[in-house]
Amino acid sequence: MIYVNHLYKSFGDHEVLHDITEHIEPGEKVVIIGPSGSGKSTFLRCLNLLEHPTKGQVIFDGIDLTDPKTDINKVRQHMGMVFQHFNLFPHKTIMDNITLAPVRLKLMKPEEAREEALKLLRRVNLEEKADAYPGQLSGGQKQRIAIVRSLAMKPKMMLFDEPTSALDPEMVGEVLEFMKQLAEEGMTMAVVTHEMGFAREVGTRLFFMDEGRILEQGHPKEVFDDPKEDRTREFLSKVL
Amino acid sequence: MSEWFSELHAKFILDFVEKQRWMYIVDGLKITLLVTLLSLILGLAIGALIAVIRTTHDQLREENVGGIGKKLLGVADGICRLYLTIIRGTPTLVQLLLMFFVFLSTCNSKVTVAVITFGINSGAYVAEIFRSGIMAVDAGQMEAGRSLGLGYVDTMIQIIMPQAIKNCLPALVNEMITLLKETSICGYIGLNELTRGGDIIRGVTFDALLPLMVVAMIYLVLVMFFTWVMGKIERRLRESDIR
Repeated sequence: MIYVNHLYKSFGDHEVLHDITEHIEPGEKVVIIGPSGSGKSTFLRCLNLLEHPTKGQVIFDGIDLTDPKTDINKVRQHMGMVFQHFNLFPHKTIMDNITLAPVRLKLMKPEEAREEALKLLRRVNLEEKADAYPGQLSGGQKQRIAIVRSLAMKPKMMLFDEPTSALDPEMVGEVLEFMKQLAEEGMTMAVVTHEMGFAREVGTRLFFMDEGRILEQGHPKEVFDDPKEDRTREFLSKVL
Repeated sequence: MSEWFSELHAKFILDFVEKQRWMYIVDGLKITLLVTLLSLILGLAIGALIAVIRTTHDQLREENVGGIGKKLLGVADGICRLYLTIIRGTPTLVQLLLMFFVFLSTCNSKVTVAVITFGINSGAYVAEIFRSGIMAVDAGQMEAGRSLGLGYVDTMIQIIMPQAIKNCLPALVNEMITLLKETSICGYIGLNELTRGGDIIRGVTFDALLPLMVVAMIYLVLVMFFTWVMGKIERRLRESDIR
């Protein structure tokens, strides 16, 4: 589904990603962990070109995203992204947040998009919030709406950038539960997270990143129970 | 006391009623409002254009999109910065005089000269107000829009601009008020706006108090009215902020 070829990213003199080559297959749930500053968010953001790689390629569905001739907007329609700080549009109602992109991009008619949005809202039990503004919602509700907003585009793959890191502890569960449902339905996912329980339970593959490299990877259970690298062991001993 | 009153009354008759001198005030007010309104529109248009060019230039610096478009944007950005430097670095009155006597000396309409001068002048300030409004919108908003597949322009219009305008409304009102009052220097090019209207009466009747006080009061009432209207609009825009 997505190929990453010799990916490098530097901010000025600071190298954030160093020669990453990876392939994520359809249906995989890749969980990315690592200390802060290890480049995991940057790596995820390179996958939909929110961050422009300094060198290397990202190929999604056979399309080279780093080719200047590629219409990146078209590609992004098929890749949902969920942010740490939700990034809902504060001046628009929940309904408009969800229907804005599908309608503007002429993928759906307004009525169609509304119906689709209501269906998704019902799924997360937030139907009655359709006409509310983001400011009136709790963090957990906001993040579930943000996921719904991405799903309304019917993406082939979803990227999650620390989706629960800005939430109050009691709201983490409802968001993770929703993500778990998506995973079970077969959505291809790449998730940067600090939720080790989620990583172990939902992930099909785990990347441990450190200093801009994927230092170790494997099935989450293997990596958690028997880490090969000292650095991984040290990190896990601090967070588990 | 009554003596003072009757003297004031006599002056009032002399200043405003006799020979229909109040028409100086009314005609002047019309010119002031016309010049303010037209230069405001021109200023907002120039300001919005420049703000968008400058922020787009800053934001797209990193994206590896089209070579020639980016170069053009770089040139446009340079021109905008030059314009801001010159306009903000010189007094409005000097700009007005230069326009009237040099650059637009062939133009017959003083109103046109005034509107162009104040429009260009105000545009520089409005540009920076808009730009600060755009920059105050969280970067995540642009990212969220783009990650959904919306283009840069679409995201700008649908998501960034509405929030940016809300951010900079108080500063825009400020600029509007400044503009209204600054048009009083149009007297220098012989345009009979409100201030000059009052001053003409003073010159004829040799009474300074009443004509200038009336002029001052009219400015004050106009400013208070604008502030009130914009306050209403601002409250409407804050609707989505209820928590």
